[in-house]
Amino acid sequence: MTALSHTTEVVDPVPGAGAPHLPDQPDLVQLLTPEGERVEHPDYALDVTAEELRGLYRDLVLVRRWDSEATALQRQGELGLWASLLGQEAAQVGAGRALAADDMAFPTYREHGVAWTRGVDPLHVLSLFRGVDQGGWDPVTTGFNLYTVVIGAQTLHATGYAMGMQRDGAESATLAFLGDGATSQGEVNEALIWASTFAAPVVFFCQNNQYAISAPIERQSRVPLFQRAAGFGFPGVRVDGNDVLAVLAVTRAALAAARDGQGPTFIEAFTYRMGAHTTSDDPTRYRLASELEEWKLRDPIARVKAHLSRSGIADADFFAGVEADADALAERIRSGTRELAPPAPTEIFDHVYAEMPPELARQRAEFVEYHSRFEGAGQ
Amino acid sequence: MTETLTIGKALNLGLRRAMEDDAKVVLMGEDIGRLGGVFRITDGLQKDFGEDRVVDTPLAEAGILGTAVGLAMRGYRPVCEIQFDGFVFPAVNQIVTQVAKLHARSKGRLPMPIVVRIPFGGGIGAVEHHSESPEGYFVHTAGLKVVAISSPADAYWGIQQAVAHPDPIIFLEPKRRYWDKGEVDLDGAPAPLFASRVVRGGDDVTVLAYGPMVKTALQAAEAAAEEGRSLEVVDLRTLSPLDLEPVYASVRRTGRCVVVHEAPLTLGLGAEIAARVTETCFHSLEAPVLRVGGYDTPYPPSKLEEDYLPDLDRVLDAVDRALGF
Repeated sequence: MTALSHTTEVVDPVPGAGAPHLPDQPDLVQLLTPEGERVEHPDYALDVTAEELRGLYRDLVLVRRWDSEATALQRQGELGLWASLLGQEAAQVGAGRALAADDMAFPTYREHGVAWTRGVDPLHVLSLFRGVDQGGWDPVTTGFNLYTVVIGAQTLHATGYAMGMQRDGAESATLAFLGDGATSQGEVNEALIWASTFAAPVVFFCQNNQYAISAPIERQSRVPLFQRAAGFGFPGVRVDGNDVLAVLAVTRAALAAARDGQGPTFIEAFTYRMGAHTTSDDPTRYRLASELEEWKLRDPIARVKAHLSRSGIADADFFAGVEADADALAERIRSGTRELAPPAPTEIFDHVYAEMPPELARQRAEFVEYHSRFEGAGQ
Repeated sequence: MTETLTIGKALNLGLRRAMEDDAKVVLMGEDIGRLGGVFRITDGLQKDFGEDRVVDTPLAEAGILGTAVGLAMRGYRPVCEIQFDGFVFPAVNQIVTQVAKLHARSKGRLPMPIVVRIPFGGGIGAVEHHSESPEGYFVHTAGLKVVAISSPADAYWGIQQAVAHPDPIIFLEPKRRYWDKGEVDLDGAPAPLFASRVVRGGDDVTVLAYGPMVKTALQAAEAAAEEGRSLEVVDLRTLSPLDLEPVYASVRRTGRCVVVHEAPLTLGLGAEIAARVTETCFHSLEAPVLRVGGYDTPYPPSKLEEDYLPDLDRVLDAVDRALGF
């Protein structure tokens, strides 16, 4: 179409920005094309066994199934809210599988796929969204910190934790997750400065899913996000966030460099949130259906499946087995979520402090006494 | 061994001892290394403990607190210095949404033994944002504990107790009293950290103060004594949790209570104390609990700060009003 042609399509007001088209992204690291073709990248070689490839596929499918079940459970009133990861499975599984056991991940509130790779029970994550606790998993033993809702706050925690690893002489690193919107936060910039200044073993993993709720990426930045790293004095890499192999390779390399004392890396995983920001959101108000259709062609799971089939790494039995696993997980999530009961009401008092102050103890006792008056009532 | 020390030097010695006692203690802040801090509280510590234990940070308060959270998760005990009270606000997000909440959210799995040292209050002729009293914000936040020292002995022991404590503590240092001297028993048993203390006995009116206002309250008591009035002065010392049992005991005897602080009056700590004293000691009170505080204005230019800050005359005026009921 020419610039003069009459059209009803929305015209991008900023040349080069606007709808996030994947073509013309020369800096994008890719190892598996949307068609499922394995390609090489000069800087990021990746050796994965057939077993690992099948494992990654299984992760992707199960994480998506978890996500779709959770969305359904929210619609049925079993969850107060759900933040869907649909479309971001490869970014999360690839990054999560790059972590070593002793590394520590610092998620936002959407990293269910990373939680999965860290062995966090999905029901612990769902209990947060059901409102029965504030995150029931153990961050220390899982190496997966609690979710952080305040945007960007965790990037500083990851940096401080990495500084602790550095002091301990541990050959470990932290992986700080953030979104494209978070890059606008002052605290994220402070984290980048700290990490750079102290050469902290932290990798910043930014999932650029193109929208901060409704605000598109051009409302956050006039330059590609990965280029910002240069201003802080460390490498920035843009990876195809829908390519689990590329994400795995790039994150693995960045974590290895961090553990090796080479300081931080900023990874921009270029991806797309296929669903709503959360179940409270209506993305049809701020983005076009055509954009969604375009990204569907880059589905992170379809390309792995195509690759596995074509290369003969997996057969129909394998795929059927993964589907059966997904069905079993879905059933466990459905029944398990409905059984997640709130803890004892007195828990609201019990962990506020390591040493409970007398006034809080008094309020707790008053609470117990007050509620004891109603015991047996209505029976 | 007893020594005469300023509050500033007592803090310095206390921090030194805390660092000797626990290798996990890390000091973090702006200009605290080679300079020793703008008030020299950390003087000489970087020289003796190294740059990893006394960290000169980039100039960003949220960064200081946010990385302290990560260090605490990793088993360290960060002691953060905020250069002046008015500069804590960029860090308030981390303090309120993270430091205060993570112990509860993690059911105790993530310890937050963080101390935030803040030189607070006015009276030093500074420019704006250097003379504020932000304690109310922190007292109102569950998950934090707040301490305000007023003497060299409490400075020396209090900072060590705060550093060793498992919960996050906002540690308020009365900056205009940094150079006041007092006796410190360096080996004796310290007073409990979360306890108020009667610092002068009296029978007619109970006067409560903390931080820089303790000295003002004592001066008022001295002046009142010359007029034959006996004021009992209580140093609150701990603002969260409040320790009001000694106050209730005092008020039951005196029947009158005046609360003094520099922070603006509305919803200041005095309001909370007045409510609690009234709830608890209602039948003993001969007069309403009165408050003397800063005004509900931004802290004024320094040429007017004497008009803003409670002084002994304003305390004595409140005492007169209490006795007039």
